[in-house]
Amino acid sequence: MNQIKNSDVWVFVEQRDGKAADVSLELLCKGRKLADAMESRLISIVLGHNVDAVAAQTFAYGSNESLLISNPALEHYRTGPYERHLVKLIHEMRPRIVLFGATIIGRDLAPRIASATQSGLTADCTDLQIADIVYLRQSYPRLLLQIRPAFGGNIIATIITPETHTQMATVREGVMELTPVECPSRPVITSITFTADPTDDLLQIIERHREGSKINLKSAPIVVAGGYGLGTKENFRLVNDLAKVLGAEVAGTRAAVDAGFIPTERQVGQTGLTIRPKLYIAIGISGAIQHRAGMQESNKIVAINVDPDAPIFDVAHYGIVGDAIEVIPKLIDAYKARLK
Amino acid sequence: MLHSIALVKQVPDTANISGKVMNDDGTVNRSKLPAVLNSEDRSALELALRVRDQYGGRVTVVTMGPPRASDVLRECLYMGADSACLVSDRKFAGADTLATSYVLSKVVQKLAPFDLVFAGRQAIDGDTAQVGPQTAEKLGISQITYTESIIDICDGAITARRRIDGGYEILRSQMPTLLTVIKDAAVPRPFSAKRLMAFKNARTLIDLEKLVEDNSLLYLDKLIEENRQRGLYIDTLTADDLDIQADRCGLKGSPTRVYKIDSVVLTGRDRQNIEPTRDGLTGLVDALIRDHILG
Repeated sequence: MNQIKNSDVWVFVEQRDGKAADVSLELLCKGRKLADAMESRLISIVLGHNVDAVAAQTFAYGSNESLLISNPALEHYRTGPYERHLVKLIHEMRPRIVLFGATIIGRDLAPRIASATQSGLTADCTDLQIADIVYLRQSYPRLLLQIRPAFGGNIIATIITPETHTQMATVREGVMELTPVECPSRPVITSITFTADPTDDLLQIIERHREGSKINLKSAPIVVAGGYGLGTKENFRLVNDLAKVLGAEVAGTRAAVDAGFIPTERQVGQTGLTIRPKLYIAIGISGAIQHRAGMQESNKIVAINVDPDAPIFDVAHYGIVGDAIEVIPKLIDAYKARLK
Repeated sequence: MLHSIALVKQVPDTANISGKVMNDDGTVNRSKLPAVLNSEDRSALELALRVRDQYGGRVTVVTMGPPRASDVLRECLYMGADSACLVSDRKFAGADTLATSYVLSKVVQKLAPFDLVFAGRQAIDGDTAQVGPQTAEKLGISQITYTESIIDICDGAITARRRIDGGYEILRSQMPTLLTVIKDAAVPRPFSAKRLMAFKNARTLIDLEKLVEDNSLLYLDKLIEENRQRGLYIDTLTADDLDIQADRCGLKGSPTRVYKIDSVVLTGRDRQNIEPTRDGLTGLVDALIRDHILG
């Protein structure tokens, strides 16, 4: 039994207001594949209050067992008690892999747990695989390959943590596919006792305000995205104009966000959203790998750019070499003419 | 007296990548990029300075990096930091977030007593957002990540507003606390002209050692003392100055390893080129309507 536990794959299932986050369910699906490759079990970890339904939900996405800690003190996420319980569980059961969503909660929690357990942690992975590795003449069977674009252009780095037993990674929402399993295993929910600690009261939630995101980029069939190449906020309005005519959502690259053309919530790419719309129109976007990671699986991609050598054209189905300021109004006219 | 420590990082200026810094294979030559103060760290320092301006106390700014990282410390002094500390040692090279946070936690402990630690949410060269929380964990203190604003400090507790997925929350934490700060939290103040004139001559131990090497008429101890008296000495800490285990810093203390790096070969889709003319664009619209993508 111990042997098996030592190679288990864990997914921290994040819940907000009693509802499992999409990214956690996506991670369970990926975790299932990793557990299969390692011939081990997939365990979901659920913390909250009255969240049995969340634990029960995980089996449809491939988990073999759910570890559930329920207590009013865990109803809303707080670093202290969440960290303490997870660290204790990891020390006791020594999972081989622990995955977290790269959400605000995941990015608050995962580094603390990695630090407390002296584990390696890779942020914002775009792929995870299991492989037998030879590294510095030592062989490591069934290691977790943590794959992510690296700073500096068109480079993909594969990160490993060969010397730490528990390997940890965070993944953004939308990166892994949501594929419920055909034959879920029999639900096994194991309740873990909550233990209070005086340090929990050092930090209190005074007020909490959440509204569902009004932005629905993830399920939008058409997305019009603009990049830094548009030059000014004024020019970026053309992106909004085209989106309005097409009934599309507006998105942008990180550079466009940094330049203040568009809010962070609409950033597409490795450190933003990963989307797969029916149509993605990329305007003034050069196509750095970090951006492509978030959109290259779109059904059809149209790229508009003045630079014929821009890498975005390599992932595009339709390429238009030209100045967006001239092309967009013409495109709007052409579309309006066909609607009549 | 309230003591805040701001952790800052010198990063390559990825916002201004031009053709000059690209290698032939399309990668970025990091050494050719200008090095700047990480933007969210600048916002973090601004919050620390506002806390000092409102509640009194002092702000110490810390960076870990190569000797030239002292450039960003001088910038922090121009903005208003009370003192600066460079943490630099070859033994720290190659550190991942775990090893970095280990050294930083030791530096913060050395600078104790402290009430608040400020850091940017993340650095633009790695985007991991891990060093802040990992430093807090090693210090055994609470954290408020994604800080949007500080509401109040009283009775040994800080109240701050932070971003959460889909909203915000207001937390009150007993100090000491570590805060990571998002860019929108504060517009950093410009350099003070007076401070710029004063602190442009602030020097680290490494700077002074180099001066002595180049000029046999100078004595190191005397130089340090002179700079210290004029408030122009940037404290410089190496591994020997800190209570650290050698196997927990630098590459040795870093569990994450780069196994391999692949250049991405773009396979090139079966792309159709559209002329940017009325006819060309009409053809595109028609094709998309035909495929039931546009309606």
